[in-house]
Amino acid sequence: MTDPLPDAEVRRRQAGRARVMALLLGLFVVLMFAITIAKMTINQ
Amino acid sequence: MTSLPIERPSAVTAEWRDLFALTKPRVMTLVVFTGLCGLLAAPVPVHPVLGFTAVLCIALGAGAAGALNQWYEADLDKKMKRTAGRPLPAGRMEPRSALHFGVGLSAFSVVLMDIATNHLAAAILAVSILFYVVIYTVWLKRRTAQNIVIGGAAGAFPPLIGWAAATGDVTLLPVLLFAIIFLWTPPHFWALSLFVKSDYAAAGVPMMPVVAGLQSTRRQAFLYTLPMVAAAIAPWPLGLTGWIYGAASIALNALFLLFAAAVLANKATDPAKMKPEKRLFGYSVLYLFALFGALVIDARLIP
Repeated sequence: MTDPLPDAEVRRRQAGRARVMALLLGLFVVLMFAITIAKMTINQ
Repeated sequence: MTSLPIERPSAVTAEWRDLFALTKPRVMTLVVFTGLCGLLAAPVPVHPVLGFTAVLCIALGAGAAGALNQWYEADLDKKMKRTAGRPLPAGRMEPRSALHFGVGLSAFSVVLMDIATNHLAAAILAVSILFYVVIYTVWLKRRTAQNIVIGGAAGAFPPLIGWAAATGDVTLLPVLLFAIIFLWTPPHFWALSLFVKSDYAAAGVPMMPVVAGLQSTRRQAFLYTLPMVAAAIAPWPLGLTGWIYGAASIALNALFLLFAAAVLANKATDPAKMKPEKRLFGYSVLYLFALFGALVIDARLIP
């Protein structure tokens, strides 16, 4: 059985994942916007 | 400010690097490259944003399939030196997190592909993920020495997906590109499994050298090389590509055949003396990069 991690380490990992997730969500929004514009350009 | 008490759904909280490692980034390189080549070799212009998204979806789909593969095979990975350091066997992640990540990423990649390109590309992407996870990982890998022959089809889908994303259909050339990777997989993997045989044997995976012996594996690797060479050269005489691809393909395949023949002639049982096997494995990766690179150069220079 794996020993539980210290609280500080759990916090650090959670913060790291949250930052990466925020960055990915931001990039996803930008990508969806770009896809929408590209589709509109093609349809014109 | 008082911080909230830490919720502990499990003893292990994975880092984002572990989630990234689940996607097998090194394997993804070849998948992304062949997918991109399929897209660029298609005879229609693709909007850069949509082309980028299609390749991104191929990468995410491959990563998702890799994560689900690692979730299912954590017990096997623990027994092999090569894979024991992965996040699940090393205990850095809960299996349930890997499963959720893999399923979520699969669905996301297919839906995004459908939004950005077309239903056909999204459908082939979904089939390729299911093929790798269900047919190869769950069904074949632990049951038969032919696991990578049939399972190799999973890695052969990317150029087909790239082509379908660009054109909305599938013609003879992308089918041949599929066939090349499908037939390339046995000599590529069996060359590797010849010199890491003890690792597979320790894990109880019925890889060809463990089940049929070294010489039989060398013979079969050579036999699969013959139709692979035929499929790789075929696009040129069939008029599907120009002379740049034709010349590159003949040179690359001649060298592949030479290295596969050297493996066939080798009788060594000690991995330290398996230089031809290591050379074939290394060259096989370079071969696929060079062949698909030549295809794109040919398609772009000779319209």
